[in-house]
Amino acid sequence: MKKSVLFGSVAAVVLAASGAMAAEGDTLNEVKTRGVLNCGVNTGLVGFAAPDANGNWSGFDVAFCKALAAAVLGDGEKVKYVPLTGQTRFTALSSGEVDILARNSTWTFQRDTDLKLDFIGVNYYDGQGFMVRKDQRVTSAKELNGASICIQTGTTTELNLADYFKANNMEYRPVNIDSNAEGEQQYLARACDAYTTDVSGLAATRAAFADPENHIILPEIVSKEPLGPAVRHGDNNWGDIARWTLYALVAAEEYGVTSANIDELAKSSGNPEVQRLLGATDELGTMIGLDAAWAVRAIKAGGNYGEIFAKTIGEETPIGLARGLNAQWTQGGLLYAMPFR
Amino acid sequence: MSETHAQTVAYVRDSMLPPQPPPMRSSGAVLWLRANLFSGPVNILLTLIGLGILWLIFDTLWPWLSHSVWNAGSIRECRQIVSETYGPEANGACFAVIRARWHQFVLGFYPQEFYWRPILAFGLLFLALAPLLFGASVRARRIVLAIATVLTVLSAAMLDTGLAVLAGMTALMLAWSALIDARPGRALLASLLYPFAGVWLLWGGSLWGPVMVLAGFGVGLAVWRVAARFGMLAVAAGAAAAALWWWLVSAPLAGLLAGAVPLRLVPVTSDQFGGFVLSITIGIAGIALSLPIGIVLALARRSDMPVVKMLAVMFIEFIRGVPLIALLFVASLLLNYFLPPGTSFDIVLRVIIMVTLFSAAYVAEVIRGGLAALPRGQYEAADALGLDYWKAQRLIILPQALKISIPGIVSTFIGMFKDTTLVVFVGLFDPLKAMSDTVRASFEWKGAYWEPYFFVGAIFFVLCFGMSRYSMHLERRLKRGNR
Repeated sequence: MKKSVLFGSVAAVVLAASGAMAAEGDTLNEVKTRGVLNCGVNTGLVGFAAPDANGNWSGFDVAFCKALAAAVLGDGEKVKYVPLTGQTRFTALSSGEVDILARNSTWTFQRDTDLKLDFIGVNYYDGQGFMVRKDQRVTSAKELNGASICIQTGTTTELNLADYFKANNMEYRPVNIDSNAEGEQQYLARACDAYTTDVSGLAATRAAFADPENHIILPEIVSKEPLGPAVRHGDNNWGDIARWTLYALVAAEEYGVTSANIDELAKSSGNPEVQRLLGATDELGTMIGLDAAWAVRAIKAGGNYGEIFAKTIGEETPIGLARGLNAQWTQGGLLYAMPFR
Repeated sequence: MSETHAQTVAYVRDSMLPPQPPPMRSSGAVLWLRANLFSGPVNILLTLIGLGILWLIFDTLWPWLSHSVWNAGSIRECRQIVSETYGPEANGACFAVIRARWHQFVLGFYPQEFYWRPILAFGLLFLALAPLLFGASVRARRIVLAIATVLTVLSAAMLDTGLAVLAGMTALMLAWSALIDARPGRALLASLLYPFAGVWLLWGGSLWGPVMVLAGFGVGLAVWRVAARFGMLAVAAGAAAAALWWWLVSAPLAGLLAGAVPLRLVPVTSDQFGGFVLSITIGIAGIALSLPIGIVLALARRSDMPVVKMLAVMFIEFIRGVPLIALLFVASLLLNYFLPPGTSFDIVLRVIIMVTLFSAAYVAEVIRGGLAALPRGQYEAADALGLDYWKAQRLIILPQALKISIPGIVSTFIGMFKDTTLVVFVGLFDPLKAMSDTVRASFEWKGAYWEPYFFVGAIFFVLCFGMSRYSMHLERRLKRGNR
């Protein structure tokens, strides 16, 4: 979401200079010895990661950390959440401060290759959009020519915005902001005509307004923002564990395995794929250095993908995001877990 | 007039007229207004503009503040209450967010059952500082001691501290206060122990760790004393002995002692620090460390020895030429690549080091100004008394130079304390931005924009204003007849 181009490149330079020597090796063993998973999360993003009054973290990204900890360590609570800013997140991962980065980070070419990260999949398909006040009578982003737009500096949303307006031969006046809270404030104070960021963020922001009915999110999505957890280059087994934990959550939804019926299905499911997933027949878990019941624990920690989505950002929550692209492939979405075989 | 006596000399009056109040226009409020606010056309214009601005501020803020809501579960509830009570168009502050989350602004993610530890550390700070800061006035010192003790115990009690802990805290603070009151000189030694006690309270772990560090100083001092009798290299020998102690002896010995007498608090890691606990920890450590370093740097810069002088100039100019944020980034990001993988060099400690170096460079320049302001005669007088360099500095030069520099030093410290909020850029939870953003990241309080700033700003104001008042008190106390 917040993609700091500047600090990304600083991190890249530093990484190249040091030959990426930091903290390669056996992450799984390290985590097991430590007894706790270090999970890099957002310093606070509504619905995705936020601590409550008692300092307990919850949210969509946090749920993945919990599932991974449950799969690896047997307890979804054995996670140390390391709040990371847009600037520090990738360096924290490559320097070994965190084992996995679940911080709504967009999977891009440069990050995957140059920054030496491995994105293990996509847990949320997002895209950049615009929010405007209804009384402006704008119905399409194409009508925003000449508008002032609130935009977070140093992010790829900024670049996407420039690309989109250039492609459509339009002009805009940027109003630079530093954080989402500031953007909200500027937009409400009418310092800008439109506010742009990822659509999930816009939806959460709009839901928190005093008068959400007076604001609309324009239908155009101007960029692809596949958000996913990432690990370091160089430890493929750890990457496999993280990737298949994510697939396990997605597959569980596809096959109707929920945190409620999982114990029953683990014993008596007639579906061979479910049997393999839940470790009833094949010992898939041992192939990645875990045990047969790893996926059962991961799914039990917070439910399958659909349950997590519904609990943290779904339509029943105040944020009220529709599944959209994040529905199963069978439902017209993009979620597609690779076969467990 | 009626009592003028006709029989006496006609032109002599023997009774006085009763005094009349001065005319309205030359006394009291009217005079003050005329003299200060309406003395000429320019002043009248400026006054009117000023009043207009004040009115604008008041007019914007007052409805918002007076419609504030303190009891609500979320910002939407706040808005509902405001619109029900004051009408649909009304706009009110939602201070319920402070009520619900104030402990995170103040204490960060510190474990709730140990809230008494940072509070006790903060309270003890005043006891440790009292003999240093209020050495001259017994009355001021007593007031500080009493307020610190009462407030510490009260706030710990309000935060559900166990009765045993509370009793222990009270006993400790009363005993220390009594010591300070009875023997201020001895109490200075106790103040020296405070940094170790404070670190232990904040971070926890075995008591023997800080004790071993302290013992290292003792060993170094003892070796220095012994070596000094034989002349050469006493300081070096003392430093080497202390280093050897810390490197070889302290860790195993601490482990051994911990096995025998396990005195330990539950460890709290640096990532659980946040809010004002973090700011104040960094601020106090930075202030305490940067003053001596700054003095040494200032002396070095005025030294006759070219190498020492050059090093001091290079250090000061480099640090002053680089923004604090750059130093913080170096501390948090770059150091990880230079240190061997797996070493965890505490991030708060790294930040403290950088902040200390930064403020030491500024303090050094302020003190250099004080040194330069001293008349040459003072230096010559010190030489004429036959004092060596250190004695001359300690007895004659520095007391005067520091006195002159007090306002500059304190304002450097105030600036540095406020700069601790910059740690947000290295992922630490400063109270102003990181903590506010985190609180706003829960859906209940998303949209509460100004309230956290008000709250945090008010606390910062109280702390900085306190420092400023203390500096003025100190200036008055040290004012000698030569002004």
